[in-house]
Amino acid sequence: MNRGVITYIAGRFLQSVMVLWIIVTLLFLLFRLAPSNPLASYIDTTFTKEQEAALLARFGLDKPLGEQYIIYLLNLARFELGDTFSYSGKSVLDILSADLPNTIYLTLSSLLVAYGVGVLGGILMAALRGSLFERVGTTFTLMTRAAPTFWVGMLLLTFFAFQWKLLPSAGIAPAMVRFRWETEWDKLLSPVFWRHMILPTFTLAVYLHGLPLLLMRSNMLEVLDQDYVTMSRLAGYSEWRVMIQTAARNAMLPVLTALTLGIGYSIGGNVVIENVFSWPGLGRTLVRAVQQADYPLAQGAFFLIALIIVFMNFIADILYSLLDPRVGASAQAQVS
Amino acid sequence: MQQEAMAREGSTGLPAAEFRQGSALRQLWETNLEVFQRDRMALFGLIVFAIFALVALFAPILAPNDPLTPLKNNDGDWIKDALPYWLAEPGEDVAEGYTNDFLLGTTNIGRDIFSQLIHGSRAALLVGFSAAAAVAVIGTVIGLLAGFYGGWVDSVLMRAADVAFGIPFIPFIIVIAAFFDPSIWNVVIAMAILLWRDTGRVIRSQVLVIKEQAFVSAARVSGASNLRIIFVYIAPSILPLSFLYGSFAIAWAILTEASVSFLGFSDPETISWGFMLQDAFLSLALTRGAFYWIIPPGLCIMLTVMAGFFIGRGYEEVLFPRLRRM
Repeated sequence: MNRGVITYIAGRFLQSVMVLWIIVTLLFLLFRLAPSNPLASYIDTTFTKEQEAALLARFGLDKPLGEQYIIYLLNLARFELGDTFSYSGKSVLDILSADLPNTIYLTLSSLLVAYGVGVLGGILMAALRGSLFERVGTTFTLMTRAAPTFWVGMLLLTFFAFQWKLLPSAGIAPAMVRFRWETEWDKLLSPVFWRHMILPTFTLAVYLHGLPLLLMRSNMLEVLDQDYVTMSRLAGYSEWRVMIQTAARNAMLPVLTALTLGIGYSIGGNVVIENVFSWPGLGRTLVRAVQQADYPLAQGAFFLIALIIVFMNFIADILYSLLDPRVGASAQAQVS
Repeated sequence: MQQEAMAREGSTGLPAAEFRQGSALRQLWETNLEVFQRDRMALFGLIVFAIFALVALFAPILAPNDPLTPLKNNDGDWIKDALPYWLAEPGEDVAEGYTNDFLLGTTNIGRDIFSQLIHGSRAALLVGFSAAAAVAVIGTVIGLLAGFYGGWVDSVLMRAADVAFGIPFIPFIIVIAAFFDPSIWNVVIAMAILLWRDTGRVIRSQVLVIKEQAFVSAARVSGASNLRIIFVYIAPSILPLSFLYGSFAIAWAILTEASVSFLGFSDPETISWGFMLQDAFLSLALTRGAFYWIIPPGLCIMLTVMAGFFIGRGYEEVLFPRLRRM
């Protein structure tokens, strides 16, 4: 790794920190300057003026806005997210750290399925270009991207959970039995957990497989036009070897970048599916927090999702510049 | 890919200013025509939008009942959970619960599903087209300014785009919806604030190429002001790109509106397809297998979203001809 690359990465990192700082500031302004009082749900009409003032002081809301902002930034930097309104005695961090793993499991498993199917499907579509199968397949993929994920989830629930009673309909464990997994490992090793993950994973994969499939297909078609592919054809390699070993390997790179970006955006986009399947993740907590006017929790969940997205954007940028020498070179030129 | 599109766009000569202006607009019109003549899927998308627009316009006439009022039969009982008449077995007496009056049956509190479906087209098209217009206009103007002026204007606008890329979209709308009164316009506002980012970046990079071309220098030499160069000389060449991103934005807006309504952050007085699905979901239509309630709104969302995708792809194929060869 030469110095140019390191300078580029450092520059991009600083830029990401700046972006995050602006987002956090906007978040602060949004929540403080909101038309409704952040404690509106908390303050009863029976409260006396003194009680109200004490409450404001407890949450630091009596201080001037500038001071609140500094405290807020310092707290965020230490990952101090405050206390929730609606879950008594629990801190925002407690709730979010219980949710985050569930969101990550769902995101990664659905992306894995989607990108597996998408990459293979893209190769197949490229190999069969111009055929009826290819046209029907591509149109079908476009349709899956147009169908709202929550609706696909509802249909799958209706069939697999309610009509045929094959799979559980909600949550990560049966509601009747009190399931307690001591550690995340126990959870991940438990077949019960995986059974609950099948439907939401599949629902998300129905939507997510479209991007890698279409991307892989057009990259393949582009790569297949290149001289080195023609050369390996002329060298007498079998069609499948040309397709997989020569073309697919080169067509994969942009798909990998898309996957990195996809991790960040899926975590933000899972909100709807987590609610359809009552999946105890960040998205469901965010919706609940907003519905119950639990502002610290909503703010914390939003911050965590934004943090993940900014971080994954950063990783995707770095990956892209490392994989594509042209971008790397121009990026270095920009920095230096 | 973009260079090729550029070559097409910039290929007209550069006669007198007045004539160029006319020819640029005509070129734009011809591009639009070409999209729908060449691409049957894009034409299909246009027809879908046209049909739904008519349905939305004449919704009160087309809908047999008020979408929000629970209905009663002649005996004064609520007509709850009535099945559509065509679900009755042929030859079987139209049993209790089956009704000839409701094409798609009624909801659990006796609202007419078919009427809701018709009225739902209004929210979808209103949000879809106004959000898309906002996204395309903001993205185009920002892309034009950033690309043309460069320097600190470019830096500020592109860093703003980075920030917009870092904000999670659906969570942002939910938070916005929490602070303001529930309304379908929250989706439009949130989309306008965030989704100009893609359009803005792409248009900026196109402007960087166009502004180096001879006709722009010619205009500058002839004394045209910066704003005139941007909006009269450069803008017409990149407008097809704005249409491309605008068409995709219609699709995203309709999907997003549906998701947000499904999560319960829309105005309960406005019927939308997402709201219908939320209603069905919460009143356990899934466990009863009430397909007549669940499937139609989803299909309508899918059709209108696909229409947006198809039109967007039509523009893509005309603007980036290499894709077409594939």
